Amino acid sequence: MKNSLLIAKRELEAFFDSLIAYIVLVLFLGFSGFFTWLYGSDIFFIGQADLRGFFSIGYWTLFFFIPALTMRMIAEERKTGTIELLLTKSVTDREVILGKFLATIFLISMALVCTFPYIITISILGKLDWGATFCGYLGLLLMSAVYTSIGIFASSTTNNQIVAFLVALIVGLFFHLIFSVLIGIGGIIGLIFQQLSMQTHFENISRGVMDSSDLVYFLSMTAFGLFLAELSLSKRKIAD
Amino acid sequence: MNIKIENLTKRYDKQIAVDKISFEVKTGEILGFLGPNGAGKTTTMKMITNYISIGEGDIKIGDKSIRTEADILKKFIGYLPEHNPLYLDMPIIDYLQFCAKLQGLQSTEVEVRLREMIRVCGLNKEKHKKIGELSKGYRQRVGLAQAMIHDPEILILDEPTTGLDPNQIIEIRKLIREIGRTKTVILSTHILPEVEAICDRILIIKEGKIVADGTAETLRKQAQGQEILKVRIEDGKPQNIQFELEKLTSVASAKILDETENRFEIQSKNGESSKRPIFQMCLENQFVLTESVPFETKLEDIFRELTT
Repeated sequence: MKNSLLIAKRELEAFFDSLIAYIVLVLFLGFSGFFTWLYGSDIFFIGQADLRGFFSIGYWTLFFFIPALTMRMIAEERKTGTIELLLTKSVTDREVILGKFLATIFLISMALVCTFPYIITISILGKLDWGATFCGYLGLLLMSAVYTSIGIFASSTTNNQIVAFLVALIVGLFFHLIFSVLIGIGGIIGLIFQQLSMQTHFENISRGVMDSSDLVYFLSMTAFGLFLAELSLSKRKIAD
Repeated sequence: MNIKIENLTKRYDKQIAVDKISFEVKTGEILGFLGPNGAGKTTTMKMITNYISIGEGDIKIGDKSIRTEADILKKFIGYLPEHNPLYLDMPIIDYLQFCAKLQGLQSTEVEVRLREMIRVCGLNKEKHKKIGELSKGYRQRVGLAQAMIHDPEILILDEPTTGLDPNQIIEIRKLIREIGRTKTVILSTHILPEVEAICDRILIIKEGKIVADGTAETLRKQAQGQEILKVRIEDGKPQNIQFELEKLTSVASAKILDETENRFEIQSKNGESSKRPIFQMCLENQFVLTESVPFETKLEDIFRELTT
């Protein structure tokens, strides 16, 4: 765990050194702020003191931003060869994956924390449902965890960052949108797709309904993504 | 810690990269790993450092096998990979601290070792720069520093002196020699004089197999077989001197190299030396022996002979 934290710290420093962190923070706040407060079905249009609008914007912005954050994590190290140096230190493959995961989650949490002034403003405007707000943020964070693990897996399969980005986006798109469309098939297959769809679980949780099946979904998806990433990193060690 | 390699084999698809090699390196020994490109040097090093898995056979460090106890053994190994990959966006000091902590050093030790490495590797002038801003030679020093920062028992260096200027090369060689006294070092290189300058033992591999193993001297003797002398004998006609030389029983052939300067190349018969007989012959004929240089087979020649 200590090694994972060391790696996470280094990754975060790399985020901030390369300005990626600032760009992501500014863009995320810009997008979510613009659509929450100023444009389309914004808060003043709906006339309700809640953050639903923000959560559904966040649902999409994070979907696009996360692959951009994770794409370089392993692909770049593979390309420059630093992965060899890192993995021959006394760290395990799992610690490396976990470190990179933690760094991304930390950066996303920072972005979410930066939107806390929205809560304050809205709670002044009207009566805010604190439970639903908390659940909404939790939903965004859990969703981010899933997409981060998918992104890291995508990054671990290639040494090209663009490929990593696109793979993460395409795989993500299935969970984000396509599965929810496929629910229409109906029957058992429809039910399976419903369970697999991110939208189902995110909507549940952002409505303020915390069901254990949603938690299981988010956590198991994240674990599975990280497991695949570790597997793909360890592939070099599989005996011939 | 000793490194013991037993019947090590590694295949990539159908191509054999390393083919049943066995050797042992003892503490206090510096082993030079030679071989043409693609001979399997880097693959072997990657297996020792547990970056890739062992195909067949085993690598034992101390009395532990890398197959089963790699996680413990990694702490004892310092590794400088080929092409010296580094995080270019990190400042030198941060990077070395990062490496030291990953290798499990306590924070008090980290500072001590960091200062030591900056001094030993000559990084003091550049220590506040980012690695990406450094010249190739300085990057190489950072690569060495990160390999040695946790004071490892075993040092695996894949072409450690590439990109260094001659002064730096001498310093780094001295450094490796010093470390080699108490630690186990395996280094690969293309620069043959370097092997002679640093290594106690040379291992030449070709197409995944060991073709030579020994000190520079033993390899030379094996390759040379016959003694070759270059001599200058004055006060006589070259043809006469040649005639007298060829009369000697130990001499296989005598060749005139330079008529005006009376230089000859003398090849002795297998296992015999002609140095004394030549001297005696000169006394008897009142020639004057002014130069006598044993001709040494160069490591380059041995290398070429074994690997082509």
